[in-house]
Amino acid sequence: MKNPPLLSLLIFAPFIGAALLALLRNVSPGGSRAISLLSSLSTLVLAFLALGSFDRAATGYQFVERHDWIAALNVHYHLGLDGMSLLLVLLTGIVSPAALLAGWKERRSPRLFGALFLVLQGAALGVFLALDFFHWFLFWELSLVPAYFLIKLWGGPGATRAAYQFVIYTLGGSAFMLLGFAALFAATGTLDFTQLAQLAADGTLASRLATTGGFWPQAVFLGLLLGLAVKVPLFPFHTWLPAAYAEAPTGVSMFLTGVMSKMGVYAFFRILWPIFPGQLHAAAPVLIWLALGGVVLGGFAAMKQTDLKRMVAYSSINHLSYCLLALFAIAAATGRPGNTSEAAAAALSGALLQMFNHGLSAAALFLCIGVLESRSGGSRGLDDFGGVRSVAPVFAGLCGIAMFSSIGLPGLNGFVGEFLIFRGVFGFAPWAAAIACLGLFATAFFYLTFWQRVFHGPRAGAAAGEWRDVGGAERATLLPLAALMILFGVMPHLLTGLFNPLITSWANHLTLP
Amino acid sequence: MTPPSIELVRALAGESALVVGALVVLGFDLGFGRRQSLEARWRAATLFGLAAIVAAAALVLHVGAIGAAFGGGFMLDTLGVGTCTGVLVLAALTLLIASGTTQLRNPAEFVAIVLFATTGFMLMAIVQQLLLAFLAIELASLSLYVLVGFDKTRPESAEAALKYFLVGGMSAAFLLFGFSLLYGVSGSIDFDVIGGALERQGLTPLMGVALVMVIVAFGFKAAAAPFHLWAPDAYQGAPTTAAALIASASKLAGFTFFVRLLWPGLGAIAGDVTVNHVVPGWVPIVGVLSAASLLVGNFGALAQSNLRRLLAYSAIAHAGVLLLGVMAAGPDGPGPLFYYASTYGLATVGAFGVVAVLERAGVGPRITDLAGLHQRSPLLAGCLAVFILSLAGIPPLAGFFGKFAVFAAALQLGGISGLAGWLTLAAIFLSAVALYYYLIVLKHALVAAPDPDRATPIAVSPGSALALVLAAVLLVVLGTFPSLLLGIFS
Amino acid sequence: MNALPCAIYVSFTGALLALVAGNRSAAAARWIALATAATAWGITLLAASRFVPSAGLQTLVDLPWITSMGIRYHLAVDGISLTLLVLTGLAATAGVLFSWNIEERVGEFFALYLALIGGVYGVFLSADAVLFFVFYEIAIVPKYFLVARWGSTNREYGAMKLVLYSFAGSALVLAGLLWPYAAGGGGSFALGDLAAAAVNFSRGEQIGMFALVFFGFAVLAGLFPFHTWAPTGHVAAPTAASMLLAGVVMKLGAYGCLRVAMPLFPAGFEFWQLTIGWLAVIGIVYAGAIALVQDDFKFVIGYSSVSHMGFVMLGLAAGNAQAVSGAVLQMFSHGVIAGLLFAVVGRMVYDRTHTRKLADLRALPLHRRLPFAAMTFVVAGLASMGMPGFSGFPAELTILIGAWKTSPMWTAVAALGVLVAAAFTLRAIQVSFFGATDPSDHKAGGAVHAYPRITLAEKAGALLLVGATVLVGLKPDLLLDWIAPSLQSPLFQAVLKGGAP
Repeated sequence: MKNPPLLSLLIFAPFIGAALLALLRNVSPGGSRAISLLSSLSTLVLAFLALGSFDRAATGYQFVERHDWIAALNVHYHLGLDGMSLLLVLLTGIVSPAALLAGWKERRSPRLFGALFLVLQGAALGVFLALDFFHWFLFWELSLVPAYFLIKLWGGPGATRAAYQFVIYTLGGSAFMLLGFAALFAATGTLDFTQLAQLAADGTLASRLATTGGFWPQAVFLGLLLGLAVKVPLFPFHTWLPAAYAEAPTGVSMFLTGVMSKMGVYAFFRILWPIFPGQLHAAAPVLIWLALGGVVLGGFAAMKQTDLKRMVAYSSINHLSYCLLALFAIAAATGRPGNTSEAAAAALSGALLQMFNHGLSAAALFLCIGVLESRSGGSRGLDDFGGVRSVAPVFAGLCGIAMFSSIGLPGLNGFVGEFLIFRGVFGFAPWAAAIACLGLFATAFFYLTFWQRVFHGPRAGAAAGEWRDVGGAERATLLPLAALMILFGVMPHLLTGLFNPLITSWANHLTLP
Repeated sequence: MTPPSIELVRALAGESALVVGALVVLGFDLGFGRRQSLEARWRAATLFGLAAIVAAAALVLHVGAIGAAFGGGFMLDTLGVGTCTGVLVLAALTLLIASGTTQLRNPAEFVAIVLFATTGFMLMAIVQQLLLAFLAIELASLSLYVLVGFDKTRPESAEAALKYFLVGGMSAAFLLFGFSLLYGVSGSIDFDVIGGALERQGLTPLMGVALVMVIVAFGFKAAAAPFHLWAPDAYQGAPTTAAALIASASKLAGFTFFVRLLWPGLGAIAGDVTVNHVVPGWVPIVGVLSAASLLVGNFGALAQSNLRRLLAYSAIAHAGVLLLGVMAAGPDGPGPLFYYASTYGLATVGAFGVVAVLERAGVGPRITDLAGLHQRSPLLAGCLAVFILSLAGIPPLAGFFGKFAVFAAALQLGGISGLAGWLTLAAIFLSAVALYYYLIVLKHALVAAPDPDRATPIAVSPGSALALVLAAVLLVVLGTFPSLLLGIFS
Repeated sequence: MNALPCAIYVSFTGALLALVAGNRSAAAARWIALATAATAWGITLLAASRFVPSAGLQTLVDLPWITSMGIRYHLAVDGISLTLLVLTGLAATAGVLFSWNIEERVGEFFALYLALIGGVYGVFLSADAVLFFVFYEIAIVPKYFLVARWGSTNREYGAMKLVLYSFAGSALVLAGLLWPYAAGGGGSFALGDLAAAAVNFSRGEQIGMFALVFFGFAVLAGLFPFHTWAPTGHVAAPTAASMLLAGVVMKLGAYGCLRVAMPLFPAGFEFWQLTIGWLAVIGIVYAGAIALVQDDFKFVIGYSSVSHMGFVMLGLAAGNAQAVSGAVLQMFSHGVIAGLLFAVVGRMVYDRTHTRKLADLRALPLHRRLPFAAMTFVVAGLASMGMPGFSGFPAELTILIGAWKTSPMWTAVAALGVLVAAAFTLRAIQVSFFGATDPSDHKAGGAVHAYPRITLAEKAGALLLVGATVLVGLKPDLLLDWIAPSLQSPLFQAVLKGGAP
């Protein structure tokens, strides 16, 4: 075969691993861990393969696979990769094995855990690579199933409720998204993202939808928006998130925050924006406020948390809201006179970087909290520790890197993304950037509190007794993550190089249909 | 041109065979039966009776539909021949069942009276003249009175006979009065001539009185509401086989006779209920009877706990549908009505046959006593299911196509506009009500577990078994291939 | 192709054989039933493999039957009926597998079961209105006995209610069929002829006739507010009967609406369209909401069936080719999924735990004790929620797309129904199978009293159904390629054109 179906391999390698685990009934716990990890690593390997032959100058989709599938619904098996997808595939490739390693010691049915996790990973990859609603939605929904069971079966005491809430919220959003796509198909006869974007760009989509009359064209947009907003989550649809992240086992929390939350942001960029530029433009003034709400209130809510996991969960809301803030600011400014493409390019690359960086740092932070939990017999309160730095200097150092990356300390990766976002948003809506600064302060405040209470001061709580510094698997997971944070902090162009042509082309074509 | 007397012999060959058969039965029993056991006497009587019926049927079919005979007094058309055959089949089934189930002490008399009654039914099916008609009806009725009271060991039997006799006598009086008025108005006793006279006269007040009289009598005979009050008691008290005969052969013959009287005879003053205003005539009266019977029968049956009474109310309900068929028989031909009446007769004979076998085995009369029948006798349970489901009108049994054909014919009168249409709709919907009480019967017979004290198997005599299976098979075959009966009228 | 009518004959013959064999050996009756169901299914699959989609019915048999009334023994097939025939075969075969543990009056059970199946095949193959009706009623009566004799909770009540509702519905249908026959001059009951005659009826007449036929059939399809028989009936029925009831028999109603009511009376459909659509979406949401608060596991599934059939009716009400083909797909999909759900609840769980109260099940860590049942239920539940990858998704999507073209408002409410479905399914999964999940259970798995293992027959049945729902979920074209051309026939075009509001 001349062109191996690389993207299909990417998606299905984890599924094959999961099937293998499901079929091998008598495999030992160690064996199933090994199979899980190897299958999980396949993503990273294949992503590098893709990276090797990725044309960085091109803006279109690469490695495209397109086959006829369901004639009646005009569905094609359509996969494609561009800079943005590649970034997220890489992120998945990094975070997934790390998350699996974080759950390495899990005693309860590692086989099932591994299989579910691999399905989750495969579904996430499917979301990032699918270009037709049908299988995109398949992967989008499929990701909920393993997530639900991973939270419910391996999670904390409140896991049942948290998992139910998580799935119902997300499905609720999905139901309306489904409605939206049904309407889109009714209007256009296609579910292919690229074709829909094409139709949107030349104005056909809007005029066809308008034949429905009344409020309905807006309702279609709102349906999609709702579905995605819940997933990200956008304030005020975030209420499921803290409980789910807090109750999930460490590895799953890492994946949820590192990869799954990106699915929503990715879909905003890949689907909502290209298909509904006009509606997004119209709604943006309101949406900016919602994003700001996430930035500011997420930050302040994190300040009030005493449970460390919930604190990081709220900080996730805060960080992801920056990405959306960038998008909404651009959407609001679209069509306005003046040359905005430079600011737009900055904001866009900031948003994409932020996705990647938040994935790394938040996953690392959850891992650190997992370490704390494992040492303290499950407690993870802000006041349960003290002076950890003195007993576990390596751990403190690695955790500190993640924390300061999250705060946005220059030199670490978090800084670059946030800086570019602020730079871009300032160009469009200085007031919004100003308000968002509140969120920055809040973030700095609660992370420093975290740092101070847990790592400094006299040894207290769980740290008062016997304490082991990070060991084999933990170190093997945390060290690379920390190294990457530093690497991309110093050399962000390694990442921006992947998607610069893409966002430049986006920024240069900011027009309303 | 055959002389009238020869013609008469030909036309009435079947009836003659029955009468001869009845006499032979009586004579044989008188001559040889004294020293035999009751069982042997029953066997002999049944055998002779059946032979007579077979002979009669062969003769009837051999002669065939030769048209008017005896100066127009008889009409051997398809309907007549069909009815005669049907009546004979039903009578044969009744006899077969009776032979295996009753312990009545006078087998020869019983069989002979059954044969006489059957003769009456056959005559009713072919008469075309008021006087002969009255004679035929009275022959049949008197035989039935005797049969109902035949069981001298049970007071209920006597009570039922008295009730039936009094009511029947009164209806005969009405009938006779009506007939005499008809004669007075038209000056003839021939249906054809009466019809012609009425076409000229139209509906006079006196004619109206005559009509009411005839139809009231008819209502009594058919057990149509509001003249149905005798039926539940008679069905309950009479020997089972007598009840079976009343419910089946008597109905078939009666309806054939009335269709003949009403349409060719009184068709000119039928009136009309298919349009939004009612044109006076006998059809509206029949329509009222039909509606009343449907309601009384179906809702009355809901409250019954005794199987025979339930069958009686079901008979009333079916009379309602049959009356609907009578209304439609003029324009659309008697095919649907005949099909309905004969298949209903089969199902009823079968159902009463099962009741008879059960009573012989000491099973109580209540519906709940049927519990566990499927274990005690799968044959009875299976046959009962066929009969009851046919009564309920479930395809592919004949009861369904009977209903279907009658309803279709009734709706063809004038769509659903007018009373006929609404009546048909009501009949259709009431059949859903009917399913309830039929299913209650089957629930006990097929679903409920038997009372542990009475879980013994029930023996079914070969004759009864043969009759029941025959009736069930006929219902299935006629239901699957309705054209076998419906086709003979086209 | 021409072997299709044999599916009917094989089923009825099998019923007789099972009845006879059941007297001597229960095992023989079981194997006869399985062989019969599988053979009939095989016949449908064989026919399906040779099926060439076309507009209109393809006649298989056409013989005069009741000549005096113009009734013909006319069997024919098109893509729609073929879809449902295949479904019937599948559900029947799986149903036998899930009835393997019936011990009481085995022969009679399977005889009634196969008679019911034979009637269903007959309905789907009939092209003559009377023949259709005859088979339709043949399918009603065995239900009563199956439920009343082998059922569970409140079985006699449930059975009676079920049958009386069905029969009342069929009485409406009968009236609605006789009326156009009589009004049209009474020449024929062929669907095509009736439709041709119906053109001459006044609008008022068409409205009346359509109402009788459509709502008569809709009773069996479980259209709100005529659905109340369904939950009680499903709950009372034995597993295989529940599977057939929800899986196939409810389809009879919907199929009747589609095959008879709609093409015959286009003007009537236009008049009632709005009402039906609203009833359908109300049913979707209402039944879903009721399912959310049920305490009995089977009631949850029973109401979910009503909710899903609401989608079918919505598809029909939308009245365009897209929505209607979605409705047919949903019929297939729901048939498979409901069958699977009832199989898990009725056979795998209830027959072992002897309780269906969610509160009781919560205390049993069923996912540890019956992992296969738990897995199957999760899969079935996901399929029932409309998860992509299973047959429910393309069906619901197609319906929503079609419904949107007719009325966005319906679609919006129906989408709410999707959400409710997710909520109650998830609740059922969570409470029933994953009730007690504190970590101690994971260790104590071996200590609890063990249930009988899931048998091979159950596994085979479950895999059949799961395979079908996944196959159709990933490749709905398999069925849509049959269905869509059938809707091009003139009969359907007459009504589907008038779909737009």
